[in-house]
Amino acid sequence: MGSILSGAEAASLVRSLPGVDAVGLEARAADLGSRSIKKDSKAWAIDTAVGMIDLTTLEGADTPGKVRNLCAKAVRPDLEAPPVAAVCVYPAMAGVASEALSGSPVKVASVATGFPAGQVPLEVRLADTEAAVREGADEVDMVINRGQFLSGDLERVFHEIRAVKAACGEARLKVILETGELVTYDNVRRASFLAMHAGADFIKTSTGKVGVNATLPVTLLMMQAVRDFRAATGVQVGVKPAGGIRTTKDAVKYLVSVNEVLGEDWLSPHWFRFGASSLLNDLLMQRQKLTTGHYSGPDYVTVD
Amino acid sequence: MSERLRVKKTYKLYVGGKFPRSESGRSYPVTTPDGTELANAALASRKDVRDAVAAARKAQGPWAAQNAYLRGQILYRAAEMLEGRSGQFAAELAEAAGAEARETLGTVEEAIDRLVHYAGWTDKVASVLGGANPVSGPYFNHSKPEPLGVVGVVAPQDDPLVGLVEALAPAIATGNAVVVVASGTRPLPALSFGEVLATSDLPGGVVNVLSGKVAELAPWLASHADLNGLDLCGVEDADLAAELEAEAAGTLKVVRRPGGSGGPLDLLRQWIEYKTVWHPAGMAAGVGGGY
Repeated sequence: MGSILSGAEAASLVRSLPGVDAVGLEARAADLGSRSIKKDSKAWAIDTAVGMIDLTTLEGADTPGKVRNLCAKAVRPDLEAPPVAAVCVYPAMAGVASEALSGSPVKVASVATGFPAGQVPLEVRLADTEAAVREGADEVDMVINRGQFLSGDLERVFHEIRAVKAACGEARLKVILETGELVTYDNVRRASFLAMHAGADFIKTSTGKVGVNATLPVTLLMMQAVRDFRAATGVQVGVKPAGGIRTTKDAVKYLVSVNEVLGEDWLSPHWFRFGASSLLNDLLMQRQKLTTGHYSGPDYVTVD
Repeated sequence: MSERLRVKKTYKLYVGGKFPRSESGRSYPVTTPDGTELANAALASRKDVRDAVAAARKAQGPWAAQNAYLRGQILYRAAEMLEGRSGQFAAELAEAAGAEARETLGTVEEAIDRLVHYAGWTDKVASVLGGANPVSGPYFNHSKPEPLGVVGVVAPQDDPLVGLVEALAPAIATGNAVVVVASGTRPLPALSFGEVLATSDLPGGVVNVLSGKVAELAPWLASHADLNGLDLCGVEDADLAAELEAEAAGTLKVVRRPGGSGGPLDLLRQWIEYKTVWHPAGMAAGVGGGY
């Protein structure tokens, strides 16, 4: 998978990428966010968004019981509502999730590689990945080492992603760039291409553990990178915005952007995901509003 | 020198502690009974109802968690602020009714007195409506009044200030949050009353005031699943009231029918639910018997 570049080639290619027009990018994102989606289109968007959620719980206080509850909700979020795409947990909970989700279409995603900071030795990160896969993870969400990236050691970041990809085996690899810590759009573009050249199946914005999470402009930028990457190499890579997406309105903005920037090829859970937890309840309340004709409330969805 | 132009007030909604225009961008002229235009008020839409309920829901928990004494202080503060602006309210009431300000000052004073009255109730409701229940077993059994949650109010149409205060104050005194649809033809005193509340340390969202058409807004309130109570005291159309009550039943709301009467205690009791707890008492608790 991915390209056949060596680390040095990838690093030099990434360094030669043009800078990002920040003003243009933000204006484009604001414009895409202003579309009004109503009635049938909204109903479609809600169900599509539900089906793209990586229902996530990444807390120190996660218990097997809590993860099982979340899995039950993932399989059947509401009467008639479609199942979500995956349940995203820590490696220690991957086994529990895998057991709870067996026989369902919902995938098990596990964060790994010293999530969320990634500041642990490579051996530990690889062992973390292998453990997650052994426990039944279908997808691995890795973090890049931002310290290495920001200090300019792009080759090392590249090789680490490669090594993790190899450790994943059959599991799909999502590479978390943690855009809030990369600070600039130029860095996000560089990290996106670096991850894709290193073999990422998905590029993901954030861990949800820092102040700045997924924003529409950053996700738009990553969508453009994914589109350009396929045009150049023929390899399709998915995008996963994560953290801070809480309302149906936000989710619809992202779907509009996917459709406009990437087209229908990406409008499926295989290629686009939302990393979210509270978003699902808002989608379900909006869904209930459409089916019953009156506004719903938090009493009619689960307390997570 | 030319004559000074009077600055006209823009009457806006009061939602979540802010004064927004209607989400719909609409407004409507408010007139005196003889047709003289007084001001434009925002014509709220169903989305304003949605926003107001969301704001009320967010504010209700923390408001109920405040101690009763503080809630009383804040209601008393609202009375103080209203007292300080009694001239303005008397003038607004007079214009709305086509009367003289000196005739309506008494009405403002009545509203102030009601606020003070309910301010006094906040820390007494629990002991008056709740308490220990006699049970034939080795238990302490207590009932405690708790706020119902978020209450929608259609305020009286022809009594724009006292009627409003009489509907609001008992609900918030016990820890509920409220979404009010003000009098359709005389909304200005209610909208100004929002300013009084905003400057009384009442947390934003505990009271939300919408102006507009009852027939347009009330059905959205009645059917909203995140509302726990519905006060129909200002619904004059009997058919509409019946429809609203049926809608409210669909999502299990407590409803106060139009024309409902009763003293302050009945009004306080309206937006309350009781929590009853059993505690093993005496030897039963010690030796593990009696279970």
